[in-house]
Amino acid sequence: MTSPESVTPPPQAGLAIVARGVGKTFGTGAERVEALRGIDLSITPGEFISLIGPSGCGKSTLLRLIGDLTQPTSGTLEVNDKNPHQARLDRDYGMVFQKATLLDWRTVAKNVELPLEVMGFNSSDRATRAAEMLDLVELGRFRDHYPWQLSGGMQQRVAIARALAFRPSLLLMDEPFGALDEMTRELMQQEVLRIWTETDLTIVFVTHSIPEAVFLSNRVLVMSRRPGQIADVIETGLPQPRDEDTRESPDYYAKITEVREALRRLDRDVLET
Amino acid sequence: MTDSSTAQHINDQGQTNWYTRLDPRVRRVVAFLGVLATLVLLWELYKVVAKALDVTSPVRPDNRTMPHSWDIIWALFQPVRRGGELLIVTLTKASLFTLGEALLGFVIGAVVGFTLGVLFVRSELAERAFMPYVVASQTVPILAIAPMVVIWGAQLGMGQQLRVGLIAAYITFFPVAINTLRGLRSPDPTAMELMRSYAASGRAVLWKLQVPSALPYIFTALKVSATASVVGAIIGELPTGTRSGLGRALLDFSQQFGARPEKLYAAVLMSALAGILFVGLITLLEHRVVHAARRQPA
Repeated sequence: MTSPESVTPPPQAGLAIVARGVGKTFGTGAERVEALRGIDLSITPGEFISLIGPSGCGKSTLLRLIGDLTQPTSGTLEVNDKNPHQARLDRDYGMVFQKATLLDWRTVAKNVELPLEVMGFNSSDRATRAAEMLDLVELGRFRDHYPWQLSGGMQQRVAIARALAFRPSLLLMDEPFGALDEMTRELMQQEVLRIWTETDLTIVFVTHSIPEAVFLSNRVLVMSRRPGQIADVIETGLPQPRDEDTRESPDYYAKITEVREALRRLDRDVLET
Repeated sequence: MTDSSTAQHINDQGQTNWYTRLDPRVRRVVAFLGVLATLVLLWELYKVVAKALDVTSPVRPDNRTMPHSWDIIWALFQPVRRGGELLIVTLTKASLFTLGEALLGFVIGAVVGFTLGVLFVRSELAERAFMPYVVASQTVPILAIAPMVVIWGAQLGMGQQLRVGLIAAYITFFPVAINTLRGLRSPDPTAMELMRSYAASGRAVLWKLQVPSALPYIFTALKVSATASVVGAIIGELPTGTRSGLGRALLDFSQQFGARPEKLYAAVLMSALAGILFVGLITLLEHRVVHAARRQPA
């Protein structure tokens, strides 16, 4: 067969996320902005992937495309062998944003129950799940507190518990620790890694912190300036479990340097063109 | 965010005084009485000073134009006419009657306003199509609308109270519609996306996110509507020829103003009390429904 279809690779079953030539353009005419161009990637189940790049490189847009919060203008995306829309309807995604976005009229436990209510779980299942999730993020004692009584880091842990309450297979995180101080941030990274190893989640994590990306991920995708393209893929290869010792190991520093140089190359390319 | 009640205990300098140490409820009463006493004092002071300086503008200080505050209170405990019931009894009955009409109008207005808010937030087309009329409705004087409601309502076989209620509702639905719409649009876009990620139905988004977010806005509107509904009911009583309410009393006493000015002032006082009572009830309801931390729209 020589039809155009045969040129594109056949769909690979069993991958968590596949993108083929995905592009996204916002607006028209003079206000037209090409945010993403020709994104190809495949993520296997259970992977921890970070997207890193200069601000405005479209890393959040890519995450939102995967999560069906916006649609690509070109190319195709598959999530768990479905289109992202179907995956969203099947509740395959848990999402965590930079803002915890807890509902301040609900207690911590009721916030975790929110997605379960929406999805029609009965009240005893909801309570069990919420308790389970709050134990997972070690906030069981705070179940009856209101969000505004918690610190920023605790609020973000509630947001993670909420995102995982309905057991999605993917966790999409958009700079979740961007608003936290450095100490809290490192604790939260440890926390997310622990949760990741305790579950079989696939995590896509957007960040602009190089050490964070290296510490957390199996692979770091380095994205170029607008229009965003995947400029580099760096396997971190750091052993699990990762802890405070990891942060002091030479391999960790070597990988940080590697990612930093990949990001610098982008600037050099910009200056040369 | 700190608990609002503890925050009120401390003044700007972070110090406490006899007033801030009082129970919040007692403090409210003290503040109310303090303002009332000040107003009475200013009223009487104006009379004395204006008389001494022979001032006649803006208001003549004589007892025909500005009766003494104690004469107004005194008038409340005099019979309306020889051998009749006391003025305060007549006015209380009239106030309760008018409050009944106002409550009817308030409920109709609140339901219509809330429904319009929900409709507009769900359909941009509906908002574009109907919003101009909703706004226009409020620029038409209620005095022009009232006779139409009276006549059409009568032809439809509506009772007098329902017709007055509809006139009150005509004023009250507007603030509720506008504030409901604004409140339903108030959730953080991230919260809306979160609901989207749960594949939540429109109904779930409305009842679990938008309506709870809108409650502080809606209650602000309901307080405006509560007072407006009393005014609406009083105005509505005039063209409907309602005899039992405050509207009639105000009309009668304004005709007697030359001879017995304190009766009109007493009626005005009772109308104001009716409004305060209504707003107070809404505030109580608000405290029960809206969590303390969220009572003020952000």
